[in-house]
Amino acid sequence: MTDLPRNQHIIASGLVAAVGVTVAYISYTAQPAAAFLFPRIISTVFVVLALWTFGKALLGRTKVGNGLSATAIRNILPGLVVALVYVFWAAQTLGFYTASTITFFILVTLYDPAPHGEVKSWVRRIIITAGFLAVMYGLFAMLLNVFTPREIFF
Amino acid sequence: MEFIYYFGDVFTPFNFMLLLLGTVGGLILGATPGLSPTMAVALLIPFTFRLEPASGLILLGAAYTSTVAGGAVSAILLKIPGAPANIATTLDGHTMAKKGEGARALQLSFIASAVGGVFGVLLLIFLTPLLAQWALAFGPSHLFWLAILGVTIIGSLDSSSVVKGLLSGCIGLWLATIGFDDIMGAQRFIFHSSVSGGINVIPALIGLFAIPQVITMFAKGRARLDAEVLSVEKHPISKAFREVFNRFRALSIGTITGSIIGLIPGVGGQIAGLVAYDQAKKMSPERGKFGTGHSEGVIAAESANNAMVGPSLVPLLTLSIPGSPTAAVLLGGLLIHGIFPGSDLFDNYPEVAWTFINSMLIGQILMCIFGLYIAGLAARVAQVPNNVMAAVVLGLAVFGSYSVQNSMGDVYIMMALGTGMFFLERFGFSAAPLVLGLILGPIAEANFIQGSMIANATSSIGSYFFTGPLNLLLIGIVVASVAYSGWMELRSRRYTTKDDAVAKEEALS
Repeated sequence: MTDLPRNQHIIASGLVAAVGVTVAYISYTAQPAAAFLFPRIISTVFVVLALWTFGKALLGRTKVGNGLSATAIRNILPGLVVALVYVFWAAQTLGFYTASTITFFILVTLYDPAPHGEVKSWVRRIIITAGFLAVMYGLFAMLLNVFTPREIFF
Repeated sequence: MEFIYYFGDVFTPFNFMLLLLGTVGGLILGATPGLSPTMAVALLIPFTFRLEPASGLILLGAAYTSTVAGGAVSAILLKIPGAPANIATTLDGHTMAKKGEGARALQLSFIASAVGGVFGVLLLIFLTPLLAQWALAFGPSHLFWLAILGVTIIGSLDSSSVVKGLLSGCIGLWLATIGFDDIMGAQRFIFHSSVSGGINVIPALIGLFAIPQVITMFAKGRARLDAEVLSVEKHPISKAFREVFNRFRALSIGTITGSIIGLIPGVGGQIAGLVAYDQAKKMSPERGKFGTGHSEGVIAAESANNAMVGPSLVPLLTLSIPGSPTAAVLLGGLLIHGIFPGSDLFDNYPEVAWTFINSMLIGQILMCIFGLYIAGLAARVAQVPNNVMAAVVLGLAVFGSYSVQNSMGDVYIMMALGTGMFFLERFGFSAAPLVLGLILGPIAEANFIQGSMIANATSSIGSYFFTGPLNLLLIGIVVASVAYSGWMELRSRRYTTKDDAVAKEEALS
């Protein structure tokens, strides 16, 4: 195992162990104690398994899970940022359909294998995005009558 | 024979239309690489809210059945399995297609799927009522151990690392405790207003199954899908029917193997197809032909995949224990209508239970008929570029999660869990036990509390939960499944180097 996955394993299992310890701490200290009886049992097992996993990662004995290569991180990052901004900010600020359309178009463009300098491929992306918006509106607004946040736009 | 009374309900115009829609849509979704049956069913759940419970389940059941079979289309014509369950089909199916026998391979695959599927659903029909009656004898301690069994068996058998599988289950059980405690009304782990009402199962399922797929598609960057769709020549269907039944050995091995594997919670279609293929190869006098485009390979693998579908629902419908991630998603589809599986389902909602099961039987036949005709179209859809697929799935996940309760909090939960799950999966954790923990957590806790109260009034907690033949049997299965998986993990590692393990992981991912 190279250093990159090893360090990643240490960070990932360390974070899981930290969550486990926090859950256990809250379970054993929060009141009323009776409400936390079941969480106590779970969190005890959780902490034991998480510390075991963390220990194995520290010793470099983790054999399952490839981690993420630098290329994968580079590829994921723009799309993930767009998706997170869409969900946690744009959908409620700009309006569900506006934010969804913009996000769809950005993601389709970002990851399109076709050259970005080609007019034809831009037209194709716009048509696909318009089709997506029409289908989503038809399904959710007209068929299922879901009232989505309209906010600034729509 | 109660099921016969409810056959008519499948053929009402609306229900039959849903069955057709689920079947055709499932075949197309199944053929699309990256869209697993579980994810397809999870994304469909929001569309079933406004439907009657039986109608909603018909749609979900049809999609489940046909996505498993539809995966064969891309396996045969593109050499990309539509779902992990279709890996074994690729071995001979694609070679047949390359020889110009694509139509024959598809016909064999759909006919074998239908035969296996019908057998599996018949098992579901005849086993379920018996087990549901048996389940009536279960008390709180047994139900508690059953819920724990559901999490541990999937955590240990369905994960590449037993410890990480069990840890994933623990995370799911913990997530299930977030919100207000049912008995005392105490706040537990409410760190954000979005989770004050607890974690709704449907957005969680959508996030855990759909978002990691979206991010995985992002990880491929701007790569072009170079897979070539092989053309489908004409082939007489009557010949394919004759061939399937002439290859009775492969068909029966696939059907029986798939049915048995389907009954074991946690063991999925991927294993069913591969085990059946392996057994058919070992028992065939023409074993040298396997891998060179031999029809027995396709028949065994595909009959096993679909034979697994019906039996995988037996533990769900009788004991409330989803035997697979897709069964867990179907449980979500039942819970949104306030229906709880088990004997209650058959006693109080027989029309829902039997209409759903009967629709799966009819769905197998429809899947065979439509599969043969729309295979070409499905293969074209399977070529939808990653960028479009990722954006569509993200959009459906967001809209679907929002529509559950018209709440942005659900969308936040969906996205947070999905993103977290993607990273956890990269480090060997698994979504299936986490989902089961989330679903079975409330069942385990409610029965634990109820059992503790009974124990306090009658005996001690130790003797209530740890004595009695059924308790001991369930505890024994929990321990055996963990020990067996741990032993298998150690044994396989003893013979592999670190590099082998890394290479194996890379091949799997």
